[in-house]
Amino acid sequence: MQEEIFISGRNIPNIDPVLEVWHFPISLYLFLGGMAAGIIFFASLFTIMRKEKEFQTTVKGAMVVAVIAIVIGLMALMYDLTNMFYAWQLYTTIRLESPMSWGAWVLLIISLLSFLWVFSYSTEMLPKWDWKFDFLKKFQTYLIKNRRTMALIMLPLALMLGIYTGILLSAFNARPLWNNPILGPLFLVSGLSTGAAAIILFSKSHYEKILLTKIDLALIILELGLIVHLIMGMFAGSAVQIEAMQVLINGDYTVMFFVFVIILGLIFPAILEGIELMGFKVPSIVPALLILMGGLIFRMIMVEAGQITRYLY
Amino acid sequence: MRYAMVIDTLKCVGCSDCVVACQTENNVPEGFCRDWITESVSGAYPTVQMELKSERCNHCSIAPCVRCCPTGASHIIEGGIVLVTPNECIGCGACIASCPYDARFQHPEGHVDKCTFCHHRLEKGQLPACVSVCPTKCMYFGDLDDPTSEVSKLLKSRRHKVLAPEAGTKPNVFYLT
Repeated sequence: MQEEIFISGRNIPNIDPVLEVWHFPISLYLFLGGMAAGIIFFASLFTIMRKEKEFQTTVKGAMVVAVIAIVIGLMALMYDLTNMFYAWQLYTTIRLESPMSWGAWVLLIISLLSFLWVFSYSTEMLPKWDWKFDFLKKFQTYLIKNRRTMALIMLPLALMLGIYTGILLSAFNARPLWNNPILGPLFLVSGLSTGAAAIILFSKSHYEKILLTKIDLALIILELGLIVHLIMGMFAGSAVQIEAMQVLINGDYTVMFFVFVIILGLIFPAILEGIELMGFKVPSIVPALLILMGGLIFRMIMVEAGQITRYLY
Repeated sequence: MRYAMVIDTLKCVGCSDCVVACQTENNVPEGFCRDWITESVSGAYPTVQMELKSERCNHCSIAPCVRCCPTGASHIIEGGIVLVTPNECIGCGACIASCPYDARFQHPEGHVDKCTFCHHRLEKGQLPACVSVCPTKCMYFGDLDDPTSEVSKLLKSRRHKVLAPEAGTKPNVFYLT
């Protein structure tokens, strides 16, 4: 491996000296998409288990948050396209080899379904609201009857959406930091954890909060394990992977990664959640917000740091 | 038919004529280029070695850019040339991130742009612009499936390499060393 210098004065915007083709909107989308996937996963799961009564915030308020997150995420995605008026081309073809094609289709179906889901709960959430037209009311009754079917479709789609946020990056072998199979599961677990945190943030029921805190704690421990896996796997990799890992371990993003993601975004909120589960009073908003912040910063770091890493030839 | 480019690093002097020829022929927007020259130095005095190379899209046989493209705008045509259809390209940047050679860029008009092996010239029986202007004649272009072509013969007789073979892309631009 050898460093090359351009002597023809190459200085292409967003590519030289380091790749910068994906910016903050992509990180924001990966975060919001992962969080929405988490919320939709829990809402579907509790509905399939017939536990909607115990998890009112999950199936109602949090799903509104998920829909808003998906809409903002989609807008961020569109904003980062340089040829955005051709975005409809995504839906003229299905390309099984391309992760982004998978993602586009999953996102389309899941956003439609979650919108219908919120519509089905709209009268319950806003009792004074009147949908005026009879066919809307009939459609709503139909949706309410078929909520479990919707949940059965949404559950696997939510898992696909969550894992897709990681696979989108890991499918590029040209960027060694991204190119590892653990990134998909890692982003999925992180997405489920941020989803649980978002529900805790809005929930008013003690039972719902405590159960989701337990789930979230388990997810954080799993996520830490996966991050250890990621680092160890890269160190056991080829020269380009060992070199790429330096960005996180001994480089520009090390402090950000360890302080904001590992300590403030995972370990500290995990301790707070543990204390809360032991029966002490902890304002649950603190760990929830820390987890959400950690999730966003983690994606920003991975998107930016990944683009720095490359093959040297 | 499998088009390939062979570049003799022992003859290249790094004059950048190929870069200018490409920019002129293909109307490449200002500040961008589809091919470029690199210099790499290895070893220490007194056994220093310098290598000059004209680089571009490698028109890989296993092209990650084509695999990643969500709309099919990036595609491979007859002869193994990798092309982008501008009005199918949404500008998502997946192909740019997937290229180990950083050979693609976002055209100011929005779509992604790259070397085309001057396929519009090939159709007329002409050589790519960069090859045709090279003052040291260090660049060769032809069909690798034809054992009598100049490129096939050069690859049979001379020591050569491709860039980042470990990326697994099977490039079709070869460098004689």
